Amino acid sequence: MTRKAAQRILILLAHPSLDRSEVNGPLAQAAAEIEGITLVDLYAEYPDFQIDIDREQQRLLEHDVIIFQHPLYWYSTPAILKEWQDLVLEHGFAYGSEGTALHGKLFLNALSAGGAEAAYRAEGYNHFTIRELLQPMEQMASLCGMRYLPPFALFGARTAVDEGRIGHHIDAWIELLKALRDRKLDIETAQNLAGLNSDLNRLIKEA
Amino acid sequence: MGGLLFQAFIYLCAAVIAVPIAKRLGLGSVLGYLLAGIFIGPVIGLVGSETQTIQHFAEFGVVMMLFLVGLELQPRMLWEMRNRLIGLGGLQVALTTALITAAALMVGLYWSVALTVGLIFSLSSTAIVLQTLNEKGLSKTEGGRAGFSVLLFQDIAVIPMLALIPLLALPELVGGGGDSLATAGESHGDAGHHHEMSLVAGLPGWAHALVVLGAIASVLLGGHFLSRPMFRFIAESRLREIFTASALMLVIGIALLMTLVDLSPALGTFLAGVVLANSEFRHELESDIEPFKGLLLGLFFITVGAGIDFNILFNDTLTILSLTVGVIAIKGLVLYGLARAFRLTTTDGWLLTLGLAQAGEFGFVLLSFSLQNQVLPAELASTLSLVVALSMLLTPVLFILYDKLILNRQPESDERQADTIDETGSVIIAGNGRFGQIVNRLLVASGVQTTVLDHQADIINMLSKVGVKSYYGDASRPELLHAAGIESAKAVVIAIDDRSRTLEMVEHIRRHYPKVKILARAFDVNHLYLLNKAGVDIAVRELFDSSLELGKATLRAVGVHPFKVEKMSTAFRKHDENGMNTLYELWDENTEMASNKAYLARARELGETLKEMMETDRMQLHDRSERGWTPPPKHYTKDMGE
Repeated sequence: MTRKAAQRILILLAHPSLDRSEVNGPLAQAAAEIEGITLVDLYAEYPDFQIDIDREQQRLLEHDVIIFQHPLYWYSTPAILKEWQDLVLEHGFAYGSEGTALHGKLFLNALSAGGAEAAYRAEGYNHFTIRELLQPMEQMASLCGMRYLPPFALFGARTAVDEGRIGHHIDAWIELLKALRDRKLDIETAQNLAGLNSDLNRLIKEA
Repeated sequence: MGGLLFQAFIYLCAAVIAVPIAKRLGLGSVLGYLLAGIFIGPVIGLVGSETQTIQHFAEFGVVMMLFLVGLELQPRMLWEMRNRLIGLGGLQVALTTALITAAALMVGLYWSVALTVGLIFSLSSTAIVLQTLNEKGLSKTEGGRAGFSVLLFQDIAVIPMLALIPLLALPELVGGGGDSLATAGESHGDAGHHHEMSLVAGLPGWAHALVVLGAIASVLLGGHFLSRPMFRFIAESRLREIFTASALMLVIGIALLMTLVDLSPALGTFLAGVVLANSEFRHELESDIEPFKGLLLGLFFITVGAGIDFNILFNDTLTILSLTVGVIAIKGLVLYGLARAFRLTTTDGWLLTLGLAQAGEFGFVLLSFSLQNQVLPAELASTLSLVVALSMLLTPVLFILYDKLILNRQPESDERQADTIDETGSVIIAGNGRFGQIVNRLLVASGVQTTVLDHQADIINMLSKVGVKSYYGDASRPELLHAAGIESAKAVVIAIDDRSRTLEMVEHIRRHYPKVKILARAFDVNHLYLLNKAGVDIAVRELFDSSLELGKATLRAVGVHPFKVEKMSTAFRKHDENGMNTLYELWDENTEMASNKAYLARARELGETLKEMMETDRMQLHDRSERGWTPPPKHYTKDMGE
């Protein structure tokens, strides 16, 4: 069997005050150092929300894995990622009978959430799991013909630094990105999980 | 007159040839001047005995240099370095004097002679060291600062030394003095005791002290209270040369006052500089004095080179060389030990050690002074003056040693740290009228450090009252940009109200400081293109945005939906930008056609493009602004199936 080419990964980072970020900033920095990854800081590139549709569509065409990286705001993304969806995922490009540009690509959210993991379930105060809350994006991926992966999430993000949980999370993030790039992630198994974090080691196949 | 012109020509010629070559070879300008002096003096004999006289005149460069150093040093900073000044400086002078005196005693010199020799060699060369530190960008390092403290202490210590030396006179020499070297020191400023004019001659001790204190107080108080109104008054005349004249007048006046009361003029001007360090005229003063200081110091170094007596050197090479090396070694040893004791890092310690190991120009002063006072025998004095000169000549070599051996060997970790601290960098804003003011307010509000330059004294006055760091001066002058710290600035904003000067500034800055970002105010499209060609990083048309804002307000006023207005204006801006870029390419190819005909043709063409532009605006803008918000086609859900 011939070795398949590496997957090209596009990270769309949305954080409106990156200078104060404790989680997404370091994650983005770690990702930027990995070969074969394109990191786009949406708030830096479009500070006035004037998203360049052609450029963004071109970027999508040039990558195989699309990642929304962001803090969880009101159970969804910061505003610019919604704007990005509204503008870039045009009929005839991303969906519709001729909109097949994204078919077969992988999609996932990498996010940080304020609440503890225990809050994100039926009995918790957030009542839904993260994957359930992100269903609009799961359906977006589905309508665009993309394969959806469950979120890679850090819970209790406000206290993660104080409690020394960041280092481990960053290491896992790097491993995940490398596995995606080198096609070592067990996609079929992963697609059925609630999240990518807990079973990451089992999901990564040895070469 | 002819003789003077000839001499001036010889000196300038030697400097112009030797200094750039030395600089190119990485030797630094000081060594270049010294070599130029050696060439025109001992080697081809174009200049001779008059170098001594010129040297005393050129030493005024040192006075100016200390004034400039003072300008860079705010009173608070001076207070903060008091421990170093007295501790490090005092110990250096005391220990070096003690060790060299001991060495001189061991070779059999009489104790008073040995002590004088020790005092002479305890001093280092302020001129060479500060000049070299600046040139190499080392003056802000810990080692550079420590070196400066030591040098400053030495310059102050010269005064009591001059008082002490006459007491050490040798009985057998008294009455027999007077020889070649003795004549040299007669008119020297620092040897003020022999000056004809004096306010303190013959006064009793307490009156002397009162006059001295009065003089210092008048420098401090005058600098603090009188200088501002004076400079403001002069600045309002808008005559550049008068400002230069007043700056020179200030420095020379203070030097004169200090000489009259038997104080070091260097110390006086230094104090005046410190007092003026907070003044908004500081950068203008710096840029006015700087060229004079540079030339005089250059002249001084040339005379040091020219004054080396190669006959003595060739007759007694071994003794002279071993004395020079010995002096450098002892001084270096003391400095290294002090660097350790004061906990400097290895790099900074070596900078101090290698940088200050030479004897200095004040050594010459003390030598000729001791000779006059029959403290030293003439033969010894001429040998020692050669040693002083040689050790100064070797200083650039020691600095090269520092560069090659110490800096290269050190791990980079220290420096990287410093870089990140400096990273926010500062911004120079040229012009603080209606345009630059807004830029400045935004930057300051965002916590960016700015330095504002403007040539209107009243604006500067108003700004400094509200606490904005601002300086008087014509920002298009290269020296002023230099004084404002363009070397370390991250960006320069040119917001002056003058088309051609803006252009000149962009060209100048681009040529000399390729790394700094240049952002400029453009007057119109043509100016924008010219600025682009000159290498501006970003230029913004001064009226475009406000016109667009007013257009948007009008659209809203006539009832267009505000978000639609926003989309239209965004599309308009993009469309306009694209058009400008296309036109720039056309324009750029045709810049040589500067004739009237071509200009008219272009003007007509522009009129037509404006017409076309307005027509396409209507068509394209509509399309563009709708892109991205177009709903999917009706019945599109049928495609989705099921």
